[in-house]
Amino acid sequence: MTNFTTSNGNKERIGVYVCHCGSNIAGTVNVEEVAAWVRTELEGLGVLISRDYKFMCSSLGQELIQNDIKELGLTRIVVGACSPHLHEQTFRTACRRAELNPYLCELVSIREQISWVHTDKDQATEKSKAVIAGGVYRVVHHQPLEPLHVPIHPATLVVGGGIAGIQAALELADAGYPVYIVEREPSIGGHMAQFDKTFPTLDCAACILTPKMVSVGSHPNITLLTWSEVRQVEGYVGNFTVTIQKKARYVNDEFCTGCAICQEKCPKKVIDEIYEAGLGYRKAIYTPFPQAVPKYPVIDRQNCIYFQKGTCKACEKFCPTNAIDFTQEDELVTVNVGNIILATGYDLFDARRVSQYGYGRLANVFTSLEFERLSNAAGPTNGDIVLRDGVTVPKTVGIVHCVGSRDRNFNNYCSVICCMQGLKFAHIVHERTGATVYNFYIDMRTAYKAYDEFYQRVLEEGTLFVRGKVAEITDAARLPGEEGKLIIQVEDTLAGKQRRIPVDMVILSSGLEPRSDAKDLAKLFGISCSADGWLIEKHPKLDPVATMTEGIFIAGSVQGPKDIPTSVAQGAAAAARVLGRIQQGEIAIEPILASVDAEKCSGCRICNGLCPYNAIVFHDDRNVTEINPALCQGCGTCIAACPAGAISGTGFSDTQILAQIDGLLLLNAE
Amino acid sequence: MSDAFEPIIIGFTCNWCSYRAADLAGTARVKYPANIRLIRLMCSGRIDPTFVLKAFASGADGVLITGCHPGECHYIEQNYKALRRYLLLKRSLTQLGIEAGRVKLVWASAAEGVRLADEITKMVEQVKTLGPLNWPKWEGFFDDEIHSLVEIPEEVSA
Ligand SMILES: Cc1cc2nc3c(=O)[nH]c(=O)nc-3n(C[C@H](O)[C@H](O)[C@H](O)COP(=O)(O)OP(=O)(O)OC[C@H]3O[C@@H](n4cnc5c(N)ncnc54)[C@H](O)[C@@H]3O)c2cc1C
Ligand code: SF4
Ligand code: SF4
Ligand code: FES
Repeated sequence: MTNFTTSNGNKERIGVYVCHCGSNIAGTVNVEEVAAWVRTELEGLGVLISRDYKFMCSSLGQELIQNDIKELGLTRIVVGACSPHLHEQTFRTACRRAELNPYLCELVSIREQISWVHTDKDQATEKSKAVIAGGVYRVVHHQPLEPLHVPIHPATLVVGGGIAGIQAALELADAGYPVYIVEREPSIGGHMAQFDKTFPTLDCAACILTPKMVSVGSHPNITLLTWSEVRQVEGYVGNFTVTIQKKARYVNDEFCTGCAICQEKCPKKVIDEIYEAGLGYRKAIYTPFPQAVPKYPVIDRQNCIYFQKGTCKACEKFCPTNAIDFTQEDELVTVNVGNIILATGYDLFDARRVSQYGYGRLANVFTSLEFERLSNAAGPTNGDIVLRDGVTVPKTVGIVHCVGSRDRNFNNYCSVICCMQGLKFAHIVHERTGATVYNFYIDMRTAYKAYDEFYQRVLEEGTLFVRGKVAEITDAARLPGEEGKLIIQVEDTLAGKQRRIPVDMVILSSGLEPRSDAKDLAKLFGISCSADGWLIEKHPKLDPVATMTEGIFIAGSVQGPKDIPTSVAQGAAAAARVLGRIQQGEIAIEPILASVDAEKCSGCRICNGLCPYNAIVFHDDRNVTEINPALCQGCGTCIAACPAGAISGTGFSDTQILAQIDGLLLLNAE
Repeated sequence: MSDAFEPIIIGFTCNWCSYRAADLAGTARVKYPANIRLIRLMCSGRIDPTFVLKAFASGADGVLITGCHPGECHYIEQNYKALRRYLLLKRSLTQLGIEAGRVKLVWASAAEGVRLADEITKMVEQVKTLGPLNWPKWEGFFDDEIHSLVEIPEEVSA
């Protein structure tokens, strides 16, 4: 470590700290040179000490700053290290410990924005000097600030009632706080409710899911809004106002006992594309499955004979409690919540897109969800594994992995669950039909607890594994023994040869994709999606359930492909984060706000229409504009617009930004 | 102008999207030229055209303005206001004799590290071909301006 101290007569006493970050920064930036340059060139601005150090964020690094603040009476700190999104808080806290206002510290990124993205050491060193100069010029104009404290409303909104949302809601409700669950479908349960067994333990999905669903339905702290969707979100952490559209069920839940007579009597059969994955039927009045929570059915208007043709009302005639109500209308419900957890899950990749696999064209090519329904004792075949004709039991079954995943034409990512799901299917087929089962895989991915053991078990059961990406599935027989079969054409990369394997049934392990409306959801809640469409967490390793927007959390497969245990863990984790907030009662937020200097305001009203939060109010009597600090979110748009320079903003004032520009260009100024 | 001209570009970024995209480019070790120097603001709506003029006046050769994609602004719609200002600014800059290619607006979401790096690379190339910023020769510029102003009434009257 090198120190450069100097004495000066300046008002501010600035300390500058340049981090090596091991070799992360020092490998590309000559940190000693930068620190020395800062001391000599920026002394005039008040730089009293400029040091470089191996790891500024370590406790020793922080102590270094703290000691300097105390011993040298520093009044401003600039740290050249990683992104403020990573360690701004760390260095602010260090300042606070040394009794310096934390907002008098500036973190300048020379890692993410320099050493990791540039290769030329000289250029990276010069640029580091420039950006640190920018930070020093800027920090001079920092003002001491105190974080704002906003109260946290104790209620939480959970969007999506799959296993992740269910877990989150139960944790919060059990802790004694009110929860609203908004679920788009008539029942909660999500994808898990469609499965027969769950890997790796082969627990029956319904047996472990139903009790949780029932707890949700009967919990005194949970308000369940199914057949509903969020339409508008206003406010911010601590106090969101959410408008929810409750679609008309046409069934009065005060009277309905869930006897299901209406579903029996309804004459209109509809292919159930969602719950039965297109394999089975439901009625126009339906609950998706017998264990649905809530138990009240809904009438699907598009398919109801009464709504389409004006006569029928069979359900109304037979309902023993007169619960059918054709006059119901959609309702808008408004709720206030302090935090929001998004758990809207995934969509299955549409296997039709891989046309060479023949799904939709070749009858006996099934998707994974179809197979879940087929093998489910409560499914359309009562659990009989049969071909599309409904009777023939397959003698050979091919399970194709990675359909739409790890494929440059579709999704680059691995869908995580498909290998295990393929193994689960292999086991079920083997156990129930005795058929010969082939798994076609690129790589077997069976990480996590008890997964590889399950793989070993399926291997021992005699399932055959062919390593290679399936090229084509066809019914065009060429060789003896292929007639009437589906032929799987694959390059067996272990044997190093092309193979044609005739089978009776193919199951496509389709990948998981973001919900088709994931982008709209992200927009509605003011968060971001990755390029793929998965919602982005605040930090990929250290903050997987928070988002960049305070008060909005994510859990389960909405964040990326996940199995059930991880979805449950995330649901619980998101709930824990929310609980922490609720129990604190308030949250500290960045004091970044705009305010108007009444003396300077000319009353031109140019700024008046610019605020999306209606924080800007004009006082006719005094002919001046004022900003309501409780509503201002600190975007700074009005500040930039005011021709009189009457609006100023904390943290990002004109003086700070203009000074930073000067600093950044110091090296280039002639 | 020599081959070795290395322009300096000031990049205004938004805390929620493009600054995070820059972070992501870093984490992913995507490479781009060192000619850019970023300033973090809370939103593209904060960008006062004065900042851009100041950057040029203080020696920048180009300015890159970045923000969230339309409809994705953390503050709902402030990037539309940034867009409006950008269009006006671009016109004023050309009137001042600063080539339009020296300022550019780019939308980059928090996930678009690679895209941001690409845009930076393109911008640096573009400004390299424009060469160093030479403020226009004011005298001649104003002569033309005054001349045209004087001429208008004649045209109108003609
Ligand atoms: C064929 C198949 C078999 C699988 N088998 C297993 C297994 O055996 N073991 C295992 O661990 N994992 C398995 N998985 C993975 C498992 O499905 C997921 O881990 C789990 O379902 C994720 O739960 P979730 O709550 O995140 O999402 P989901 O189950 O998708 O639930 C999301 C819920 O949100 C609702 N929703 C969506 N959008 C909105 C909206 N805008 N507003 C309101 N509500 C909305 C949906 O209707 C749904 O109820 C399997 C996956 C597949 C495809
Ligand atoms: S733009 Fe400035 S001067 Fe005009 S009303 Fe708003 S604060 Fe006052
Ligand atoms: S800074 Fe943004 S949020 Fe605050 S008053 Fe101005 S326009 Fe509104
Ligand atoms: S928050 Fe990114 S442009 Fe407004």
